Amino acid sequence: MEHTANHEHRDDKGSKMGMWIFIFTELLLFGGLFLVYAVSRAKFFEDFHIAAHQLNVFVGAVNTIVLLVSSMTIAMSITAIQKNQKRVALMLLGITLTLAFVFMVNKYFEWGGKIHHQLYPGSDIVLTLKHGQVLFFGLYFFMTGLHAFHIIVGMALIGYVFFQIKNDKIKPDNFQLLENAGLYWHLVDLIWIFLFPLLYLIT
Amino acid sequence: MTSNNSALHPGSYLDQQGKYKGILGWLTSTDHKRIGILYLMCILVFFLVGVTLGGVMKLELLRPGEQYIDAQTYNGFFTVHGIIMIFMVVIPGLAAVFGNFFLPIMIGAKDVAFPRLNLFSWYIYIVGAAIAVLSQFGGKGAPDTGWTFYAPYSIDSNTNVTTAVLAAFVLGFSSILTGLNFIVTIHRMRAKGMTWFKMPLFPWSLYATAWIQVLATPIVGITLLMVIAERTFRIGFFDPSLGGDPILYQHLFWIYSHPAVYIMILPAMGVITEIIPTFCQRKVFGYQAIVLSSLAIAGVGYLVWGHHMFTSGMSDFSRMAFSFLTFIVAIPSAIKVFNWIATMYKGSIKINTTFLYSISFIFQFMIGGLTGLTLGALATNVHVHDTYYVVAHFHYIVFGGMGFAFFAAIHYWFPKMFGRMYNEKLGKIGWAIVFSGFTLLYFPMFILGLQGMPRRYFDYLPEYSGGHFISSIGAFVLITGIIIMVYNLFRSAKKGELAPANPWDGRTLEWTIPSPPPLENFDNEVVVTEHPYDYK
Repeated sequence: MEHTANHEHRDDKGSKMGMWIFIFTELLLFGGLFLVYAVSRAKFFEDFHIAAHQLNVFVGAVNTIVLLVSSMTIAMSITAIQKNQKRVALMLLGITLTLAFVFMVNKYFEWGGKIHHQLYPGSDIVLTLKHGQVLFFGLYFFMTGLHAFHIIVGMALIGYVFFQIKNDKIKPDNFQLLENAGLYWHLVDLIWIFLFPLLYLIT
Repeated sequence: MTSNNSALHPGSYLDQQGKYKGILGWLTSTDHKRIGILYLMCILVFFLVGVTLGGVMKLELLRPGEQYIDAQTYNGFFTVHGIIMIFMVVIPGLAAVFGNFFLPIMIGAKDVAFPRLNLFSWYIYIVGAAIAVLSQFGGKGAPDTGWTFYAPYSIDSNTNVTTAVLAAFVLGFSSILTGLNFIVTIHRMRAKGMTWFKMPLFPWSLYATAWIQVLATPIVGITLLMVIAERTFRIGFFDPSLGGDPILYQHLFWIYSHPAVYIMILPAMGVITEIIPTFCQRKVFGYQAIVLSSLAIAGVGYLVWGHHMFTSGMSDFSRMAFSFLTFIVAIPSAIKVFNWIATMYKGSIKINTTFLYSISFIFQFMIGGLTGLTLGALATNVHVHDTYYVVAHFHYIVFGGMGFAFFAAIHYWFPKMFGRMYNEKLGKIGWAIVFSGFTLLYFPMFILGLQGMPRRYFDYLPEYSGGHFISSIGAFVLITGIIIMVYNLFRSAKKGELAPANPWDGRTLEWTIPSPPPLENFDNEVVVTEHPYDYK
């Protein structure tokens, strides 16, 4: 997202509004997937029930906690910058980035395990499964994959914001970019909060 | 096109600005006016490519039997014609060209809310367009699914469907960012004193459009991504052999692609609403009704997608609900037509090229709209589904509506954009040929459709040859008219008479500044006190 416009024009409210509209579009993007999930689940209730047992609730729960804490730390960093505590803000963003990294490492091992057991779309084993289970694993990889892509984009954004704070481009009276990054990160968190029960918990 | 203009008046947006000269100065400029011109040039090129493909198809259909291209090539041609015309010409069309150029000026702002994002949107558009062009060459040949990419054929087809789908996805991104930019611009950058109900009606129509762009496009985005994933990883969301549901694809596709029709037509209605009061020198009739009908069209238009699928397999209740909602959309559309006619009533009408394109817009839009009701009714839909009747209907809306509004807009704002007047006589001749060509080309298709001619076939039975022959003649007349129009505009941009600031006696803000506009649009902060259409 662009932060300030050219022509020495700065409009924090407008910038925040732009971010919110972008978040609407992201929600609708995932909304399409949730719709496909709902239709497929209604159609293949039993297959979804069986396939969901293959997912590790413990790993999913750890990742949920990791993301929730990271959302808290980025929110705290916004408060810190408002109170002119640059070092605290940087530290909190550092923690956010670390947690995001932990999430991705977890995801790597989780996906790695599935792929090792040949539970990926198009594999010989999956193609022998029932239709509903094929769809479940398709949706699992597509939804968590798209979500992981958003985590990576979020990490890049937070990393950029980190250096902007370090170079005093983001200051107590000019922190909209940080707030927008925070909004984006909450969105990524929010989507996971829906993905976790839909894929891991409802069996 | 611009080199001669720098002498017109110093400080115009056409003069050199920034640190780069020439073409680089255009490619790096975040000036909303320059970005509008960039879109105009690209859209013109893609439009002419789309016209050429359409022309070849009409040449093939001139007589029954295989003439110049075989069936597979024809499939590629109508697919590519559709992708180019829909995703690269009519969806960005008015909003990206005239919205970019005139929205900030009409609301008294210096630029859009996010100028760099605006330039970025253009680059995304170019990348998407490049991918679309790429999909036509190499690999296993041009995509042959039609622009709707219906599953499961789009999953099985060996042609370059993945590339074409990716192009549509990228182009959608550009559309979303433009919509986002316009919404924030309209909320945050209106001039002092310009309350919501003192805003001109073209910006209002762009506002309604922008919300559709933002709220509908992501759905097709994710759907197209799913098609790519299916083709790449064999996931099977829409593939019945893997448990998927092809009807679900149609739903998801039309949830966006029907509102997309309103992305095309709403700004077109906005343009016509600007032009008619100006050339009648009368206050627009029912300002608030026009605003509310724009919002109503945007809102209800979101809920009618199922009428594309009456024969695909849906419950009777859904079919009735979608049919009913489709009829509801006709009401705000008709309100607009009544408003335009009522504005003309007792006005001192000046008939020039712009106005001629505008009234032919109303005429064609009415035919397109009323035939839309035939298609929206369940019983008749079954008879004319997937026939030339549908082809005629949507060309009357998309070309006869949006296309003619685009032609009206380019003539209306030409003096402001390029600082020179177009040749009125040549313009009128061009209009007459374009209009007759259009009618000859598309009207016979209604009759062919009622007789049962199916769409998307490269050959036909002998009994349809009369209609096809007239239609093909119409295509060549239309192309001649378009060439005359484009020639007139290009020549006039270089050699036309110098344009005054307000050649048409318009009342909106763009007519208060010099032609072409200066770099920063307004010298002083704009303060609005009057209603935009206060004609004496």
